[in-house]
Amino acid sequence: MAATEVTETPAPVVAPDAGKRRSLTGYVLILPAAVWLGLFFVVPFYSLLANSLFDPNGSVLTGYKVTYHFANFWHALSDYHGPLLRSLWYAGVATAICLVIGYVLAYAIAMKAGRWKNVLLVLVVAPFFTSFLLRTLSWKLILGDNGWVVNTLQAVHVLGSNGRLLATPVAVIAGITYNFLPFMVLPIYASLEKVDGRLIEAAGDLYASPIRAFGKVTLPLSMPGVVGGTLLTFIPAAGDYINAALLGSPNQRMVGNVIQDLFTTTGDYAAAGALSVILMVIILALVVFYVRKSGTEELL
Amino acid sequence: MVSWIRRNIVLILGLLVLLYMYIPNAVVVLMSFNDSSKHRNLYRFQSFTWHNWTGLCDPSGLCHSVMISVWLGLLATLIATVIGTMGAFALVRHDFHGRGAMNMILFLPMASPEIVMGSSLLALFVASGFGGQLGFWTILIAHVMFCLSFVVVTVKSRLAGLDENLEQAAMDLYATPAQTFWRVTFPLVFPGVLGAALLSFSLSFDDFIITNLNAGQTVTFPMYIWGAAQRGVPMQVNVIGTMMLLISLVVVISGEVLSRRRAKMYAAA
Repeated sequence: MAATEVTETPAPVVAPDAGKRRSLTGYVLILPAAVWLGLFFVVPFYSLLANSLFDPNGSVLTGYKVTYHFANFWHALSDYHGPLLRSLWYAGVATAICLVIGYVLAYAIAMKAGRWKNVLLVLVVAPFFTSFLLRTLSWKLILGDNGWVVNTLQAVHVLGSNGRLLATPVAVIAGITYNFLPFMVLPIYASLEKVDGRLIEAAGDLYASPIRAFGKVTLPLSMPGVVGGTLLTFIPAAGDYINAALLGSPNQRMVGNVIQDLFTTTGDYAAAGALSVILMVIILALVVFYVRKSGTEELL
Repeated sequence: MVSWIRRNIVLILGLLVLLYMYIPNAVVVLMSFNDSSKHRNLYRFQSFTWHNWTGLCDPSGLCHSVMISVWLGLLATLIATVIGTMGAFALVRHDFHGRGAMNMILFLPMASPEIVMGSSLLALFVASGFGGQLGFWTILIAHVMFCLSFVVVTVKSRLAGLDENLEQAAMDLYATPAQTFWRVTFPLVFPGVLGAALLSFSLSFDDFIITNLNAGQTVTFPMYIWGAAQRGVPMQVNVIGTMMLLISLVVVISGEVLSRRRAKMYAAA
């Protein structure tokens, strides 16, 4: 893309690696963070993998043995492909809605807000300092059976007279959309912020309509933000179970609900481990595929 | 009028989206004044009362859970901010073996679903015989783990944008490396460190999914709400939610005012 090359910042006068020295200090500084993440982020993945290969007959009382029982994966898939596919579907729809409304908000802040930019940015983040669970419970009230949303929808016959929103996919997707919206807005904003206004002006000077200028200049330049935002929204959304639990019914169970129950209620560590590994693999595959497709490898 | 709307349509739509983001917060504030004593299980506004604010700690276990969350948040923020800032300096200012791998490992927690991180950590604790000792310390370990990446990323971006000529100038004026660091580098990086600390606290205070898997019998504030949601939530939790919103608004707005004032001072000087 020729357009991206134009906006690249000029190479710094000092080479970026100048002043970087390979010394003991570097190792000492990184050591605590490396050890913490190694012990409590990397090693746990091995434990999870081990779990997924447990003998399924083990229990909390008798202990578990790694028996390379690969059938766990097959069982997890055949028992729980419903919630798994549902999670991907709900997260996908919510991400798409987030992309549309998040782009509008990010664009308004980056391009139209002038000196209010920083204040608006703060206002985007501020509501999320109120507990996630409390805000989701508030949606339960707003979308509740005698709330004004349901009453209005019934009045205009979008919903039948006994129709409801709670315990439907609509409520769960609405909750997910709301809860993960800032993860979409902030990366898109960061990309739009860097777009050189002169390029858009140039497009206008060359008789591009504002819509065409947006499609040919602004949108392509904001793609890194769009890709980053969709990933940062989709990934936590696919693993979420709070919205499904509070706003949905057992018919809206997502894979997070299943994993949580298998670990804490059923104590079926083998199935829970296998299902977690499957979810992680699917997400990693989607991330790699998506980033390749959109040609933004430099994000990774 | 019509042309004004047409010209500002994006801004208007953007503000509507912003308004939408505040709907649940408005409900939380409203419900903090709700008198639910007559119908405890009915989660909807019934009548006005100050009682939730005056009797904040009446529901048993509520204030205890808030205290646990505050302590967890403070400790996790302290640890994650210190070792994360050190890590950010190492990554931006130093070269070492495994630097690329370290960048990747720091990125991964932000790209992993919480349920997977939480369940792996639980798998580790159980496998290493700590399954019976889940509680405050295991939650703290988890919180520091997921806050670290955010601290490193925030401080790194601040550090990368820093003008190294300023440090060079200090050295030219015979400042020792320690003096240069504490008088020049650190004050310049400090806003990034502060931002990272605030982010860590809010991530820790609000976390539910990872915490719930590794908490044992310990009850944090989000876990209290989760437990109460099954029986009927005491309206006092909305008071805590309102206070959180007010505190965060005050903190970020005063930060904004301060930085504007400082910018003006520099402009005048």
